[in-house]
Amino acid sequence: MPSETTDKNTLPTRTTTGRTVQNDEAMLSVRGLKKVYQTDGGPIEAVRNLTFDLRAGELACLVGPSGSGKTTLLKCISGLMAPTEGQVLLDGVEVSGPPKKMAVVFQEYGRSLFPWMRVRENVELPLKNQRVPKDERDRLVNEALEAVGLSHVPKSYPWQLSGGMQQRVAIARAVAYQPEVLLMDEPFAAVDAQTRADLEDLIRTVWKKLGITVLFVTHDIDESVYLGERVIILSSSPTVIQEDLVIDLPAERDQLNTRSLPRFTELRHHVYEQIQLAKAGHRPAAAAK
Amino acid sequence: MDKTKKARRRPTKQLLGIAGIIGFLLTWEAIPWVGIVDARFLPPASEVTLALVRDFGLAAFWLAVGETMLAWFIGLALAVLAATLLGFIIGSSAFLRGFTNSTVEFLRPIPSVALIPLAVLLFGVKMESSLMLIMYASFWQVFIQVLYGVADVDNVAMNTAKSYGLGQFARIRHVVFPTTLPYLMTGVRLAASVALILAITAELVIGSPGLGREIALAQSGGAISGMYALVLATGLIGVLVNLAMRFVERKTLSWHSSVRAEVIV
Repeated sequence: MPSETTDKNTLPTRTTTGRTVQNDEAMLSVRGLKKVYQTDGGPIEAVRNLTFDLRAGELACLVGPSGSGKTTLLKCISGLMAPTEGQVLLDGVEVSGPPKKMAVVFQEYGRSLFPWMRVRENVELPLKNQRVPKDERDRLVNEALEAVGLSHVPKSYPWQLSGGMQQRVAIARAVAYQPEVLLMDEPFAAVDAQTRADLEDLIRTVWKKLGITVLFVTHDIDESVYLGERVIILSSSPTVIQEDLVIDLPAERDQLNTRSLPRFTELRHHVYEQIQLAKAGHRPAAAAK
Repeated sequence: MDKTKKARRRPTKQLLGIAGIIGFLLTWEAIPWVGIVDARFLPPASEVTLALVRDFGLAAFWLAVGETMLAWFIGLALAVLAATLLGFIIGSSAFLRGFTNSTVEFLRPIPSVALIPLAVLLFGVKMESSLMLIMYASFWQVFIQVLYGVADVDNVAMNTAKSYGLGQFARIRHVVFPTTLPYLMTGVRLAASVALILAITAELVIGSPGLGREIALAQSGGAISGMYALVLATGLIGVLVNLAMRFVERKTLSWHSSVRAEVIV
């Protein structure tokens, strides 16, 4: 189904529709997803038609101009909101509510973490709710806190920590939950640049270590190219896929060297161009249908 | 504020408070002495304080305090329980909120004391009369706060809970209840004071057993300084109740931004 187009400027692996794979290979499938909000001022079409697959163990970034329905899409995928049309399949099963195999990290860590619980209790709560036995729970929480570098503050309250550390707690909570798919909704948009770089590397590390599938929503082009194995670019609203781009950077990435690679600059340049096009209202040929 | 400054300021503030009380007592002492008010109607502070200290040694006094506090506690506890339960149920449903809103706005402003005749008709001169008035007055204080609290639940916190598979009951327990707790505590603190006022009023007017009735008896028996001593005692109880409530609030809400020391920007 994907229409591979040969590109004149060294970008062979791009498609103007979302990439799909054989059914049994897909961990997460989005099929013909459409979301129309009913408002007092009439219906608003936030997402028109989205189809793409994520293979198990893939790390994909989703970028798009602001207001391109990124959050809407993520809410539909995470089962927090029902799509108007189309469906989301997780490991072949249609998503109709928040699935057990999925964890979400939100942008607003300050509101997503519960201020009435200590760091450890925050991380532990979803496991407790799943009735994971105490020993197992302790092990998972310790490992997760260790993985994000926060073993030293389990008794602190989230609000006693810096923004970056709070987001680490939220990531630890997601990791301890042992999801197969991790959704991240602009998780680093509210932290400072240096913390952000650390957290990006943390995500790469966690992703490699756990072998989970990650869908990372961001509005930051550099971040999407640096993090992803693949970048899905959304058009402006009503949203379709502008382009699905493979990031062929080496698997070992680091802030200094990867970002200074000529290939990084090329890819970054390309994504930037596409976003500018999307902002200007350009839509891929497939969306005209 | 840095530490030394804070440490230096606190005793000054306390000293000022104590000086204020002494000033008040001295003025009170002086008024009947100078003759602005007849000493028969306003005995000097020293005499009233002495009467109060004497009361402290009497079993009958403590019995009356016990009766008042029992009515206060039972009435308050039942009101808080009912208001919390109903507040959560009604607050969680937009339909129920809309359905009950106008009724609540009508019932809430009715002063509890207007129900005294009804209470007497229903229960006579017993503690149940006090309880009814106390409950009616305290209920609204808590109920309204709980409604606000339930409405204040953060969207992101709720979505987080949902995405981690917390069911309806778990969400109420781990998200809605903690969010509502600060509101609930405010409601309970307000209700505790109101309940005390109503407890004394009921005893005073209806004559159900307790400090209020003792005040009425002291007045009709001409024991004016005894009466003032009992009034002082009710004031002291009010202060203690408020202190206790603030203490409980600080303990249960140590995580809340109104209580916690650290401020994160």
